[in-house]
Amino acid sequence: MGIEISSLIGSEQNKKVAKNLTKFNNFLDSNFAKTLKLRKAAENVVYFSAYAGVKVAEKSSKVFSSSASGKQDPARLDSRKASDLFNLNYTEEQTMVKEAVQQFALKVRETAEKQDEKFAVSETIEKEFNELGLVYYQVPESMGGMMKEKSTVTQMMMLETLAHGDLGQALALFTPHSVLNAIVQWGSEAQQKELIPPFLTPTPPKASIALNEPTPLFSPYELSTTAEKSGNGYILNGIKNMVPLAATAEYFLVVATTKDKGPQVFIVDRNSQGLTITADRAMGLNAAQLGQLKLSSVSVDASAVLGGGDGFNYDDYLNYCKLGWCSLAVGCCQAVLDYVIPYANDRIAFGEPISHRQAVAFLIADIKIELDSMRVLTQRAVAKAEQGLTFAKETYLAHIMCSDKSMFIGSTGVQLLGGHGYIRDFPVQRWYRDLRAVSIAVNGVHI
Amino acid sequence: MNLEVPNKYKGLLKSAYTASEGILRPISRKYDVGEHTYPRELDLLAAGLNGMNDASGGAVGGATSKKEEVKKGEVKNGGNMANCLNIQAICYGDVGLLLSFPRQGLGNSAIGAVANPEQLGRFGKLWASMAITEPNVGSDSAAITTSARKDGDYYILNGEKIFVTAGERSDVVVVWATLDKGLGRAAIKSFVVERSNPGMKLERVEKKLGIRASDTAAFVLSDCRVHKSNLLGNPEIDVKKGFAGVMETFDNTRPFVASMALGCTQAALERTRELLKDKLSLTNYKTPINKVKAAEAEFYRMEAEYEAARLLVLRAAWLADNRIPNSMEASICKAKAGRIGTAITLKCVELCSSLGYSYQELLEKWGRDSKILDIFEGTQQIQQLIIGRRLLGKSSSELK
Repeated sequence: MGIEISSLIGSEQNKKVAKNLTKFNNFLDSNFAKTLKLRKAAENVVYFSAYAGVKVAEKSSKVFSSSASGKQDPARLDSRKASDLFNLNYTEEQTMVKEAVQQFALKVRETAEKQDEKFAVSETIEKEFNELGLVYYQVPESMGGMMKEKSTVTQMMMLETLAHGDLGQALALFTPHSVLNAIVQWGSEAQQKELIPPFLTPTPPKASIALNEPTPLFSPYELSTTAEKSGNGYILNGIKNMVPLAATAEYFLVVATTKDKGPQVFIVDRNSQGLTITADRAMGLNAAQLGQLKLSSVSVDASAVLGGGDGFNYDDYLNYCKLGWCSLAVGCCQAVLDYVIPYANDRIAFGEPISHRQAVAFLIADIKIELDSMRVLTQRAVAKAEQGLTFAKETYLAHIMCSDKSMFIGSTGVQLLGGHGYIRDFPVQRWYRDLRAVSIAVNGVHI
Repeated sequence: MNLEVPNKYKGLLKSAYTASEGILRPISRKYDVGEHTYPRELDLLAAGLNGMNDASGGAVGGATSKKEEVKKGEVKNGGNMANCLNIQAICYGDVGLLLSFPRQGLGNSAIGAVANPEQLGRFGKLWASMAITEPNVGSDSAAITTSARKDGDYYILNGEKIFVTAGERSDVVVVWATLDKGLGRAAIKSFVVERSNPGMKLERVEKKLGIRASDTAAFVLSDCRVHKSNLLGNPEIDVKKGFAGVMETFDNTRPFVASMALGCTQAALERTRELLKDKLSLTNYKTPINKVKAAEAEFYRMEAEYEAARLLVLRAAWLADNRIPNSMEASICKAKAGRIGTAITLKCVELCSSLGYSYQELLEKWGRDSKILDIFEGTQQIQQLIIGRRLLGKSSSELK
């Protein structure tokens, strides 16, 4: 690891390490860590994580130097080898994780409207989320996580389950995890060494993904944000908006077009000179604290290019973002369906439950049909991605379906409640606002 | 999790698609124009098809009878999935011709599902059609009026049956009749009636919008005597179970009909892609849908709908293969495939303009053929009712 533990003894830093360790031991004692057999895996990373937490807190600019022994291969997750059989089952482990995330998502649901109005995720929710330890399903074993193979399906399930609680908070909570995914998937060895360990601490860093630009008919293939070569680095100019966690993220993965290599992802520190961050209040997703980044001649080191320009595939990068959004859409639309069923059964009109009318029941049946359409297309694209197969076409088709049908479902949800649907005492208006983002956003999530 | 078609079916499918393109497609228009002419070419194909059924553990027309055991913790891809894939492959050639395949009728499915070994021995190798619908009874099949009165070792059947697919060409007809109209669903039984029975008269063969290669017959049963050994299932009226038995056939066959829609839709999409190839790039799969040409966007949307329907069918079949109840999922895939089948085949006609509308192409025919697939074996609206009742926990008397 290249860390001199002995040099820490007696120093001021050591006290911080000790503090982090205490928090970490609390995590290890939690029932969840035990259930997931995480304890052993987690114990191995205690010192590493505790130390890294300190290091990052004291560092502000993003320069990634390769290790002394020269350039090494970054840690990547292998594609998962699947059985040849068609199979929709989750593994036992995935089912366990799902149940744990489901329990947590219930609490998220309870606070959803409040947090929507507060434009934030509560500290309690954030703390409990971190205690779930989902990062271990993202990080390779060699970097202190639990994984040898990709866990794209598991992450689809996590996002879906979280969004069933609340899409806005799911986005806020999962955005740093998405940055972590992107670093595992694309980061250079130096970037991984510096940026991954902090995620394995009890207080992981905030970070976000910034791709969308405030222009009509936006296309990720026609970016106006540019990266111009200058000395041993780049100068970034442009505007990104709809960026989750804009107010709190320590750094952003900003996509900008380079002359020689097309779109590249740059790791940009929030304290960079020339970077102005403002709030960007929107139709929904309020808990995700959307903001706008204005980059005016922001200077970054060449080492801030994600992956150092090697092995990066922008199409795939985008597709992992889109699949994240598809997963969120499926979860939120399931929430709509689960809400309108009891409502239609309890609501009496003309002397009987409105669910006895075909006009109502058929809309609910259609929600189910189209939701399942979204789900199977997303599952297929995600499963192919996890297996290392081509998944561009599958992602494109899943994204079309999720774009079209999630808004149908969001709108139908409000319609089924009539006037109540329009009132903020009921959640369907929030889902309506949040689901409008599905066809638009590529920011924030990457699975 | 894996949503790919297993490799073990690839070889099977390759031959099915080859047969579809090489044998069915070339005669597709001939039997569309020559409605009511028996497609003799199918006799040759039928032999090969039976071989295929043996290999896939089920029959192509849905006449799967083997109930494969599934052990706990084991995942199976079996007869239901193979059937769905085969049916799609053949309907990629021609839906009407699939319905005309000898010995692959819906009646064969019923026999396969409920016949006892003795009956299987007698009827298993015959071509069996199914007679449910009556002039005044369609979707509410529990309301049929054709009666069956016990007379010694025989039942006497009286009534009128319409929309009997392959009725003229089949060897036997599985006729639904009620033992006692007052007892509702439980009293409905199915009887195997030989076509040679003098009490069952072929009234006419219908002229239709599409699937013209398939004959659709109407029968009148007047004091038609059927031996009691031809009654399928339990002869007693079990008020608790009764109807569930006959409806089980439909839980099994809805994914098969959905597969027919998939085949027809796939044919239209592929032909449209071919015809548009000099006008549009249809393999972009990355530019935002609002930044591509309208026709290109239309095509991608159709592809997404088709792929969704295809996966929903595979899901329903997978559930059935693994002995997991799939009544709602079967209805979902039928509803989805039915609605997108019609929408897509008709949109393909539009995209190809007057060429699409013309007999020069088969697109207009697929536009007509696909419509029946959103109607028979449960209309779109009946599927919505089934799904709605399941989701909402409502009975058929509450959600009518």
